[in-house]
Amino acid sequence: MQFFFEVLIGGLLSGVMYSLVALGFVLIYKASGVFNFAQGSLVFFAALTFVGLMEHGLTFGAALAVTLLVMILLGLLIEKFVLRPLVNQPQISLFMATIGLSFLIEGLAQLLWGANVRGLDIGIQDEPIGWIADATGVNVSKFDLSAAGIAAVLVTLLALLFSRTRIGRALRAVADDHQAALAVGIPLQQIWGIVWAVAGFVALVAGLLWGARNGVQFALTFVALKALPVLILGGFDSVPGAIVGGLIIGATEKLAEVYFGPYVGGGIEGWFPYVLALAFLLVRPEGLFGEKIIRRI
Amino acid sequence: MMWFLRALVGMLLVGTASIAAAQNEQYIPLLSYRIGPYAAGGSGYFGGAIDYFTLVNLNGGINGVKITWEECETEYNASRGVECYERLKTRHGGASTVEPLSTGIAYGLFERVAQDKIPMTTNGYGLAISAEGSVFPWVFPLGTTYWDQAAAMIAYLGQKVGGEANLQGKKIVFMYHDSAYGKEPIPVFDALAARDGFELTKIPLTPPATTQESQWLQVRQLKPDYVILWGFGVMNPVAIKTAAKLGFPRDRILGVWWAGSEEDVIPAGDAAKGYVTAAFSATGTNFPVMQEIVKKVYGSGKGNLEDKSRVGSIYHTRGVTYAIMIVEAIRQAQNHFGKGKVMTPEQVRWGLEHIDLSDARLKELGASGLFPPVKTSCADHEGSGMVKFQEWDGKTFKTLTPFMAGDRALVHKMVEQGAAKYAAEKKLTPRDCGKEG
Repeated sequence: MQFFFEVLIGGLLSGVMYSLVALGFVLIYKASGVFNFAQGSLVFFAALTFVGLMEHGLTFGAALAVTLLVMILLGLLIEKFVLRPLVNQPQISLFMATIGLSFLIEGLAQLLWGANVRGLDIGIQDEPIGWIADATGVNVSKFDLSAAGIAAVLVTLLALLFSRTRIGRALRAVADDHQAALAVGIPLQQIWGIVWAVAGFVALVAGLLWGARNGVQFALTFVALKALPVLILGGFDSVPGAIVGGLIIGATEKLAEVYFGPYVGGGIEGWFPYVLALAFLLVRPEGLFGEKIIRRI
Repeated sequence: MMWFLRALVGMLLVGTASIAAAQNEQYIPLLSYRIGPYAAGGSGYFGGAIDYFTLVNLNGGINGVKITWEECETEYNASRGVECYERLKTRHGGASTVEPLSTGIAYGLFERVAQDKIPMTTNGYGLAISAEGSVFPWVFPLGTTYWDQAAAMIAYLGQKVGGEANLQGKKIVFMYHDSAYGKEPIPVFDALAARDGFELTKIPLTPPATTQESQWLQVRQLKPDYVILWGFGVMNPVAIKTAAKLGFPRDRILGVWWAGSEEDVIPAGDAAKGYVTAAFSATGTNFPVMQEIVKKVYGSGKGNLEDKSRVGSIYHTRGVTYAIMIVEAIRQAQNHFGKGKVMTPEQVRWGLEHIDLSDARLKELGASGLFPPVKTSCADHEGSGMVKFQEWDGKTFKTLTPFMAGDRALVHKMVEQGAAKYAAEKKLTPRDCGKEG
């Protein structure tokens, strides 16, 4: 039973890491109704910029501040040169634009900072917490627990932004209909600029945590693959959904790998979350917390 | 009208000059990758190869024949690699040999290179049975193959427990990249497990394997004596860090050589201290040939690596190792077919089948200890099968063993059987190496 709980807790904490990436997708989706294919590339760009600046002698705090500014600037540039010309275009056009954007950002990151693999130490050790291990025999990593705390703070801030501020309400209006939002005086460009800047900030947080865990390298773009089933499960436009979806995906993929994997030769962790997400799509297409859309026929 | 004729004549002259130049240069297409997920390895490896080619050219070429090369970016993508090969193979008077540094691309080129009669090297990767030159006349896994590495790993673990006989009853987990690359050594591990009596448990890791808690929790439950990590890319530092997080000792993890570069351990930080890996070349700039590269190539501003601190890193020395073998093959071919001439692909293949990089020859080249002696033949396209083991101390890889081999007789028998089966499946008639010599 102790082993079961160890797998479960490890899975839940991994799920929080997936949620961090999923949050960036949710932000853009809420603002534009578009799945931002470039979110993984933003995570990579943010982490690479951060370590690149530190290599150039900046302190941790200075590198963090400069990277944050770079990410905000990047968000604003994306809004101005990619999204603004596509206002009122079909959502598939916006989606295609984000695919192109992802390749551009990946190339730009490597052009600016090189392709070397870097380590990143953010001062939180990825080792078991002694007293928990002693008391329960279950290993819980300091790093994973810290990541969960950071995710909780981020979710609270974003939930407040969306539910309690004018920007949040404007975001929802923009996501529903660009033209109608413009007609009632919502400054579309400004809203998109803010959201892309916030998505850049979320990418930076995710990039630092994933970079500290796996190293800052191109493979950071792959973490987006982990976020996709989380979004399907939790709902593309729900901040709490991203968290709950992450927890469910993290826990089930680990439990499935450990308890079901050996019967089918193992290696199911990669595809099992997608099977789960597909099953959810059949039953609840909008996800657990997604907005149910009722259309008049 | 006159201007047009002048321009036409000028173009023809330039064209003729470039063809003439091409005919005096030995052309090698490089299917490199400097962007994408595996860019760090690709840039180091191809940077090392180009640095050595540059050094040879600075020293006057191979008996006066300069080496020329052209790169094509594959991004480690098999279809792009095949496209690059097709694009580059006829350039500069025709390719004399090709090196894709990718098992996927190599698989895509096996039949093409045989058809085009262009020798392909697969140093340290690819299909182990391609070492059998009678069945794979155009493929050269120079140095050592995955099968020889697997046998050497078991021999090394045997040394650790006081002899391979003492592996009886030990538990070894084989954690592998769930792909053709990761599955390649399984037949050898199975054969050695049956022979030595150790218990082998296989745990696949689905790439990119950015989280591995469930697999390492299984490892902890199994309580193995050793874990053999056969990973690639981000999978390697994640494995090391997850092992550390769950308290599995890193000095009981033995990595494949593609999990044994600075790029694999630096992201893992302190967790990688004590981690041991296989290697087919040494690291560092202490070798005379590396010193020459630093002095002449980088000293004259012609070095290929932007980041000079990477000169002498594992991937860089692997690239230098590859280039030394290729240059030696061309030199051998010239010795046979005519010094100072550009060799055809067939002649280069002859050279590749007559490499004799003995200890003495390696010393002459300033590469003694950089890689083991290599002696190839028509039947043996591998020529060595030796592997060394190294440990990461937090800053650099320290050598643990000299170059050593595992059960080469067993591997040789398996290669022969596997190649014969392949020939039967593909309806190939093997060459008679006894006649060719």
